[in-house]
Amino acid sequence: MAEFLQQVLNGVSLGSIYALIALGYTMVYGIIQLINFAHGEILMVGTYIGFFSITVLGLDLFSSLILSMAGAAVLGMLIERIAYKPLRNSTRLAALITAIGMSLFLQNTGLLVLGAEYRSFPQVIPNIQYRFFNGQVVITSRQILIFAVTVVMMVMLQYIVKRTKMGKAMRAVSLDKDAARLMGINVDTTISFTFALGSALAAVAGILLGIYYNTIHPLMGLVPGLKAFVAAVLGGIGVIPGAMAGGFLLGIIEALVSGYWSSMFRDAVAYGILILILLVKPSGLLGKDAGEKV
Amino acid sequence: MKKAGRVAKETVLIVVALVAVYFLVSVAISKNLINPFQQVNLFLMGINIIMATSLNLIVGFTGQLALGHAGFMAIGAYISAVLTMKFGQPFLLATVVGAIAAAIMGVLIGIPTLRLRGDYLAIATLGMGEIIKVILLNIEYVGGAAGLIGIPQLTNWNWLFLYTVLTVVILRNFINSTHGRACLAVREDEIAAETMGINTTKYKVMAFSIGAFFAGVAGSLYAHYFFLIQPNTFSFLKSFDALVMVVLGGLGSLTGSIIAAVVITGINALLQDLAALRMVIYSVILLVVMIYRPQGLMGTKELSFDLFRKNRSESRGTGTQSGTTV
Repeated sequence: MAEFLQQVLNGVSLGSIYALIALGYTMVYGIIQLINFAHGEILMVGTYIGFFSITVLGLDLFSSLILSMAGAAVLGMLIERIAYKPLRNSTRLAALITAIGMSLFLQNTGLLVLGAEYRSFPQVIPNIQYRFFNGQVVITSRQILIFAVTVVMMVMLQYIVKRTKMGKAMRAVSLDKDAARLMGINVDTTISFTFALGSALAAVAGILLGIYYNTIHPLMGLVPGLKAFVAAVLGGIGVIPGAMAGGFLLGIIEALVSGYWSSMFRDAVAYGILILILLVKPSGLLGKDAGEKV
Repeated sequence: MKKAGRVAKETVLIVVALVAVYFLVSVAISKNLINPFQQVNLFLMGINIIMATSLNLIVGFTGQLALGHAGFMAIGAYISAVLTMKFGQPFLLATVVGAIAAAIMGVLIGIPTLRLRGDYLAIATLGMGEIIKVILLNIEYVGGAAGLIGIPQLTNWNWLFLYTVLTVVILRNFINSTHGRACLAVREDEIAAETMGINTTKYKVMAFSIGAFFAGVAGSLYAHYFFLIQPNTFSFLKSFDALVMVVLGGLGSLTGSIIAAVVITGINALLQDLAALRMVIYSVILLVVMIYRPQGLMGTKELSFDLFRKNRSESRGTGTQSGTTV
């Protein structure tokens, strides 16, 4: 029982990071129906901005979080402007290949500029272990930090999407782009804003990943990016609460697989879940079945 | 009558050109006129032609973005290598069995996932490729992460040439057949094709498994040329390499894929010391081509000997639909 509880706790902290990344996928998909493959690389760039602002500029965690969120948001908007906007009216195949190209461009530019070596992420908070159930269940201060930051970010996102004017515009554009334009909503600005918001969340997730795994690398965005995409599909892509639920669920499943079976099969199980969910309920756990438009 | 004569003449020209290439390279290899480095790249060109043209059948002609092509290559490579290495079977049999295994995997993956449209298929096939990699990493019988070492080097120029030509000929004939037309219809408009009575899932699975079959052939050739295969050789990047060739050559142009496979393998050879820079150049080229010419450099045009003739509207089927986008 204690073992189970421990794995679930580990899963929740990793899952909350997945959920943060998945939110970016889901929002972008909801608004322009594109899988933004470069999302994982935006995360990587955000992490490095955080890394350099802590180590070189000597900022504290909070300020470096803000700085890397801003940097990632600008990068996200730039990518949208340069690569995705010209293709908005072309086929989805072309857009998807462009997104893959952008992802590889960022990865390899990262390798070229930052070097291929792993760097250790500075330990911004002291690592304290809290023990429960006669010391059988351990929660670390890092896990608490990760969870707390994630929850704050999610609450903020919910506020932006549900209460602000921009959030209303986002919902309107994702519902019907043309009708939104007729109503006087600036669709381009709204799409840019969505990219900025998703990218900022990715930057936060990246820094949390750095704290969680201790190391960062130019290719660090690849696997969490794919996993988060799986999480987004699991919860129902385009649905914000779905991304959160999917992220937590995937994290817990992964922790249980590595705890009870083998960590070697963790990734295979994640992709297996993806294929399974696509077969059984392609719209995801929280998604609605959308009829096909003719 | 005039048209039939022209086609026959073109076929003769192609056969003459192929025979010439075959003997020139045979002589060059036997007289040691090309150094080992050039020879490696020559063989890679052949393997890449098979990979690119077979992927083009799925992505370019049927319009289904599949990102797991390297996974099929891995199946072909591992199964054929195990057959020749551990069971002492002949190369021909090993290759065919490896390719059939890849095709069966294509059907197994294809039937469920090809009901999905567009992006979901891309991500499902990507996941499939990764699962194959993880499974191979965990099987001790085939060496786990260290891979299979000491596969007999059975791939020679004769086999390579034969398989490459056969692949292109079979794919070309498939595309120009009734089934191939159905695949093109699926690409152009899936819903309309379905309305016209085309069983879209059937044709998607068909294209998918044929593509997988030839990826298996490519994998077998690869394994028996480099005598070492590792699960990581067949990662997502390998699938991406093939995709770049397909896109640059033109989504829906076999000759385009062939040219792109040759050119990109050549560029790779030149840039081999600068691995990271090579990928940066790749991805920039891909981005620029996608933004300014989403249908690929050649589009759906086929290059042929009658390229410079004035009256082009009479040329072969796949060459005439220049206005289509993918």
